[in-house]
Amino acid sequence: MRVLMFGWEFPPLNTGGLGTACYGLTKGLSKNGVSIVLVLPQASAGTEKISSVKIRAVNIANVRIKPVKSAMSAYMSPTEYERYMLKNKGRKPIYGQNLFEEVERFARQAAIIAREELAEGFDIIHAHDWMTYKAGLAAKRVSGKPLVVHVHATEFDRTGGLGANEHVYMIEKEGMERADAVIAVSNYTKQKIMEHYGIPSGKISVVHNAIDKDEMPDVRVEKNSSEKTVLFLGRITLQKGPDYFVMAAKRALEAEPDTRFIIAGSGDMEPRIIEKTAELGIANKVLFAGFLHDEDVHKAYRMADLYVMPSVSEPFGITPLEAVMNRTPAIVSRQSGVKEVLSHCLQVDFWDIDQMANKIVAALRYKELHSELRRNGYDEASKLSWSGSAQKCIGVYNLLLGKAG
Amino acid sequence: MVDICFYFQVHQPLRLRPYTVFELGKNSSYFDEQKNREILDRVATKCYLPANAVMLELLDKHPEFRASYSISGIALEQFANYKPSVLDSFRELVRAGKGRVELLDETYHHSLSFIYSKPEFMEQVRLHSRLIGKLFGKTPKVFRNTELIYSNDLARTAEQLGYEGILAEGADKILGWRSPNFIYKPAGTKKISLLLKNYRLSDDIAFRFSERSWKEWPLTAEKFAGWVNQVNGNGNTVNLFMDYETFGEHQWPETGIFNFMKKLPEELLKHPDNSFATPSELIRKHKATAELDVPQMVSWADVERDLSAWTGNSMQQSALQQIYRIESEIKRCGDEKLLEDWRRMQISDHYYYMCTKWFADGDVHKYFNPYESPYDGFIAFMNILADINERLKKANEGRELNEALRAAIG
Repeated sequence: MRVLMFGWEFPPLNTGGLGTACYGLTKGLSKNGVSIVLVLPQASAGTEKISSVKIRAVNIANVRIKPVKSAMSAYMSPTEYERYMLKNKGRKPIYGQNLFEEVERFARQAAIIAREELAEGFDIIHAHDWMTYKAGLAAKRVSGKPLVVHVHATEFDRTGGLGANEHVYMIEKEGMERADAVIAVSNYTKQKIMEHYGIPSGKISVVHNAIDKDEMPDVRVEKNSSEKTVLFLGRITLQKGPDYFVMAAKRALEAEPDTRFIIAGSGDMEPRIIEKTAELGIANKVLFAGFLHDEDVHKAYRMADLYVMPSVSEPFGITPLEAVMNRTPAIVSRQSGVKEVLSHCLQVDFWDIDQMANKIVAALRYKELHSELRRNGYDEASKLSWSGSAQKCIGVYNLLLGKAG
Repeated sequence: MVDICFYFQVHQPLRLRPYTVFELGKNSSYFDEQKNREILDRVATKCYLPANAVMLELLDKHPEFRASYSISGIALEQFANYKPSVLDSFRELVRAGKGRVELLDETYHHSLSFIYSKPEFMEQVRLHSRLIGKLFGKTPKVFRNTELIYSNDLARTAEQLGYEGILAEGADKILGWRSPNFIYKPAGTKKISLLLKNYRLSDDIAFRFSERSWKEWPLTAEKFAGWVNQVNGNGNTVNLFMDYETFGEHQWPETGIFNFMKKLPEELLKHPDNSFATPSELIRKHKATAELDVPQMVSWADVERDLSAWTGNSMQQSALQQIYRIESEIKRCGDEKLLEDWRRMQISDHYYYMCTKWFADGDVHKYFNPYESPYDGFIAFMNILADINERLKKANEGRELNEALRAAIG
């Protein structure tokens, strides 16, 4: 089987969940004998960044990368795109004026690629998240092959339900409606797709993200401080709930004053969160570690006594899996998909500051709780694999091909 | 001749609130009143009231019919507080039975105290016995321990307390080749009799009745009576021990469980050698056929039939250790309310909810768990225990101050 896939740059270039998921799934599909032509939007085509992508990709059998010059990158919002273009004014004449133009331009490129690839042949088109849906549809139009759109997040998750962009929403809706099948990263997301986009249940398959035990880097950390540490790791944006994290930190410090809270990541809310820690009078207890790369991410998990993912809305949320694989227990927002595959964690409603703080204190204070979560969480996540997720994807492909043939 | 002995366990725990660390020292109301009331109300309507009506009907229709119950003190308290009609209906059942409905003793707080503190265990048994006397005018002669937890040691203790009989799970690992359908004498005792649950036949009703994938589904009274009849000639008794909530709560009314029970005595009595007996009648009628040695604790829980459902992980072990560690201090401090709260924290269900085995598979443990996870159960428990410890410290300080004052004045 051959798949024409519209995906996103792999880690370390893209440290967000989308890149990690595309990498994991590609690898898992390849392991199951599927060959893939992977079309990647790359702003900096030709620079050294590309070569590092190639290094990772070459390691995967049956995968051929097709870079397409584009100014769009995963998680980009229309405003961020405009800011990017302004910064690079005059130097990027080929790109669209705004993100939507760029999405359209990428789709035209996709049609060309699809026509080219028809010579060698492919069976399925698979597109990851809204910016590639139009590309997927264009390829479908050109080739007549069935299209699978893979929903890693919806506009409602990204904006935390506030001020969803109507245009983005329309592109998502059109993609889901006109695709032959929709893959959601969780039942939580499937529910959202049914509610907000009116897609019937039967058209949506759930394929949870995963983690591969043998991909975990072997990092060692020294813990010399008696102080306990609680980690937040992710983009500092509305969706990830960093404000709830610092409010819970304030409350938890009342009961456990010898605790340090670490915020690793960057994002548009960072200045506001820094300000907020000062307002709350806990600036000396909260450390901003900035954006972490590669092994530093895993070091951060290992250093921490506890990981918290307080997201307002998290379609999946791969970081708690990374935390428990590094043997750090996790507190997970109930408004997430990851809890469907990780039951050995603590769960809270993101808005319930008291319970979030209560559970933070309990996990730090009660050593039996900590050790049970640590052991059981690790065992549970160890059973997951991207190969398993890939097999579910192949199941969706087969269903479509059976129908088409 | 086979005597069929029905024994039903009646218990409802006091579920804890999601008590946070921030309430410590400020709030000493630990139990989820609303949830406990709601659940009791639901189970009363679905099970206790209609099941009692069926039993009353059976007693009326068949003079041979017998049934026995043990009702935890915690359940009886909740009946009195939330749903007095349930208490009335049990009293009516015992009264109308005229000796054909027997009440057994257990620990008042449905606790694991026997494993951790014998003095506390004996006090709770006494409390239960006293409550049964007060509410029903009866003095139980047969004992059954929480979750059918049993060992030689327990049988000896029950004998010392004056009981004539004791119940246990007829687990394969204690019986070996022997049959549960006889009366046994516990090793190391003189005259107490041991009655063993026939777990195959009991669980056919309690667990498998509505399971459509079971090859015997649907189970009819006629078919079940046929299985009991097969015991005739190689047994004195068939002990059918189960949760009373089997009727209408674990097995919903739509499964036909009530109609099954209504028809069962009639079907059983079709065989001329079948009859019914209460535990006390069994003991009077049949001599022990052999001695049974059970040095290790057995229970009726899970496939393991051991204590792992309550003591299997480190959270459970720590919670249990910490609650029993303060026993003597709690009893010395003289605060009655604190003593009772401490006892309520011994209800075995608190520890069952912390069980992590099979948690991810979403089995029976999850079904009965009021918390989202075993970890949440542990957190609420430990925070409350911290508050109890704080109250204990205060009570002791107060007592010491009083004593010092008295000494100074004296």
